[in-house]
Amino acid sequence: MKSAGRVAVVGAGIVGAAIARALTSDGFRVTVIDSRPIGSGATAAGMGHIPVMDDSEAQFALCRYSQSLWDELADRLPASVEFDRCGTLWVATDDEEMAEVHRKKQFYDERGLEARVLDSKQVAEAEPNLRAGLAGGLVIPRDQVIYPPCAAQFLLDEAVAGGAEVKIGTPVQAIDGRSVTLATGKKIEADAVVNAAGWQAVALTPGLVVRPRKGHLVITDRYPGYLHHQVLELGYLKSAHGSDHDSVAFNVQPRRTGQLLVGSSRQFDVSDPKVDNHILKRMIDRAVEYMPGIAVLSAIRVWTGFRAATPDSLPVIGPHPEIDGLFLATGHEGLGITTSLGTAALISAHLTGQDAAIDPTPYLPSRLMGGVAVHHHE
Amino acid sequence: MAASDAFDILIVGAGPAGLAAAVTASRSGKRVGVIDDNLEAGGQIWRGEATKPSSREAIAWFERVKQVRFEMLCSTQIFGAPAEGMLLADRVGDAITLRYQHLILATGARELFLPFPGWTLPNVMGAGGLQAMVKGGLPITGKRVVVAGSGPLLLAVAAYLKKKGAKIELLAEQASASSITRFAANLWRTPSKIVQAIDLKYSLGGVRQQNGCWPVEALGKDRLEAVVMTDGMKRWSIECDYLACGFGLVPNVELALAFGCQTAHGFVTVDGSQLTTVPHVYASGELTGIGGLELSLVEGQIAGYAATGDIVAARELFPDRERALSFARRLAKAFELRPELRSLAHPDTIVCRCEDVPHKALAHRASWLDAKLQTRCGMGPCQGRICGAAAEVLYGWGRTSNRPPVLPVPLGHLSHQDSKLS
Repeated sequence: MKSAGRVAVVGAGIVGAAIARALTSDGFRVTVIDSRPIGSGATAAGMGHIPVMDDSEAQFALCRYSQSLWDELADRLPASVEFDRCGTLWVATDDEEMAEVHRKKQFYDERGLEARVLDSKQVAEAEPNLRAGLAGGLVIPRDQVIYPPCAAQFLLDEAVAGGAEVKIGTPVQAIDGRSVTLATGKKIEADAVVNAAGWQAVALTPGLVVRPRKGHLVITDRYPGYLHHQVLELGYLKSAHGSDHDSVAFNVQPRRTGQLLVGSSRQFDVSDPKVDNHILKRMIDRAVEYMPGIAVLSAIRVWTGFRAATPDSLPVIGPHPEIDGLFLATGHEGLGITTSLGTAALISAHLTGQDAAIDPTPYLPSRLMGGVAVHHHE
Repeated sequence: MAASDAFDILIVGAGPAGLAAAVTASRSGKRVGVIDDNLEAGGQIWRGEATKPSSREAIAWFERVKQVRFEMLCSTQIFGAPAEGMLLADRVGDAITLRYQHLILATGARELFLPFPGWTLPNVMGAGGLQAMVKGGLPITGKRVVVAGSGPLLLAVAAYLKKKGAKIELLAEQASASSITRFAANLWRTPSKIVQAIDLKYSLGGVRQQNGCWPVEALGKDRLEAVVMTDGMKRWSIECDYLACGFGLVPNVELALAFGCQTAHGFVTVDGSQLTTVPHVYASGELTGIGGLELSLVEGQIAGYAATGDIVAARELFPDRERALSFARRLAKAFELRPELRSLAHPDTIVCRCEDVPHKALAHRASWLDAKLQTRCGMGPCQGRICGAAAEVLYGWGRTSNRPPVLPVPLGHLSHQDSKLS
């Protein structure tokens, strides 16, 4: 597609914002459309952790590429984005989890990514508020943390500076590859349309296999110096979050403000955004098991959000297999903040026809939509 | 679950509305409990009156309170409403569960603060806030105080401070003199208010009062030294030790919102028997509309009767409520905030004190949610209790529902749960 073409991006979350910025810089005339404020969906609900994950080669590749793009951007991010290279500390409670520490270490070593194994004493020194007697841990020093709503605003500001238009408070009723129909009935014509509406993308593109996966988070008052790394348990990979069942995992994050974000939970097939006290209790009990002292810290807010989850835990990035001009960018689950920049680069490559920095194949929508009947909106 | 934590009627708030509800509800012989976060009953308006009542109404009502039986749970703060019929509360640091058949919310109101340059200086306080501190032991004798803002509360505060030996330099009401005169001329419609007004006039003898006058800036280096006032034409400065400043009241709706009670124009929606849109949950007092003591007392009584099923007794009070409501409407009209108050803040004036968010960071935001996400306004420990109401006046933003918990609690409290819940 010729740059100078018009592209409508549905969704002003961090993924839509990153895409708008990338496409604007490619020379496209971009319009971003959302019913709600910038970055107020999953972007606002999540932690803003930017890790390089190792669940699969494809996940690793997209995370690593995306993290390098955040690194490039770091110096230009405004203070409000609170960019912090605090690193990730994975903690192991026993020998079995230490074995996982070594497996991960080897995985990262083989791919040239810095990772350090800590023994029991070193973990205690790195995070004195963790309970005593942990087996050890793994530090990924280049992992980062940001405040996502302001990052989305920054990316959109850059897009707007490049000529993009942002329409907020504008609910979308339907999309196809050539236009976006607003709830008002008004039609916005375009040469291409990108569906970046998170878990709500399904409503606009039937046949897309993306499910909402509910999460809970708690934020505390300010306790500067209480925590130094984003700290996660290794059970995160082993038990809980891998399955379809409700699950919780110890996952805490230090904010630049001195506040602590405490997570995490995952629930499928729940559409009620209300706080679920039962899973909240499990989540907090899990966190207190690892970090007993946080039980007395002042909690000021609890909220929930919905991640866009796919069956193979990889995002959906690329052209719709049947609808010409329609591109999809969703299904990022818990990694949308991290992989927003990589996603934008891939969408840009699809639209310009240029080569992408990483292989786009694992993320193509066709892998999940092949046999599914797709309804055209034409 | 211990039976000791299960109430037929549970009342949240031990101010006039809550106490009135407790009195009428207790007449049913049912088990009634009243929760309050303060050390003793009284709320804001009757603070300290429980042990030594001084005002006419307080004397009468604390006498009625003595004649009935209910349980008073002081130093208890509700932080969650996990399921129907159940409340989570912090009681002196411990998380406890309380159960109820019917709930009456009487959580009252807080002062509205509007930001102006210098309003965050030490010794610039809420009018009711300064009064509470003096009741708590802050020495005020000989201190120079400017009382400014809006509403009848200012008169009561000025009278109290004067009685305690403060030198009231000025009592400034933002509403215009003509508006106040019209209001005062109509007081004959509510005879008891004339008595109150005469009482106040007597206690405020010698105090300089000015209507159509409001503060534009608080001056001082480390603390308040002077306040700049205006009448819209000229400006002048008054040296003082304290500025007691409130621009009226905003209801404490956080708990009602946690239950999912519907609100309209910021107040909890109730039917004739004070029932909210949530079954078994009643609301009374300032929560349903700012109406002052009389309306709070009558609404509380109605809620107390209604919650115990005594609709006949509740109905008998409807005419009293209608009279008090008509007074409340005149009050709201008379003390309507002038538009100039929306532009007191300078670009660098802090609007959100918890997160240090200045006016200039907010003025161009699209909505309360947008402002919260992009500037952290209202995201601090007070959860927007102060700045949210100010932002509503300044920028016209409606607030959406609040996030739990209702107030900050130790993280471990959030894992407190009754076994029956799981």
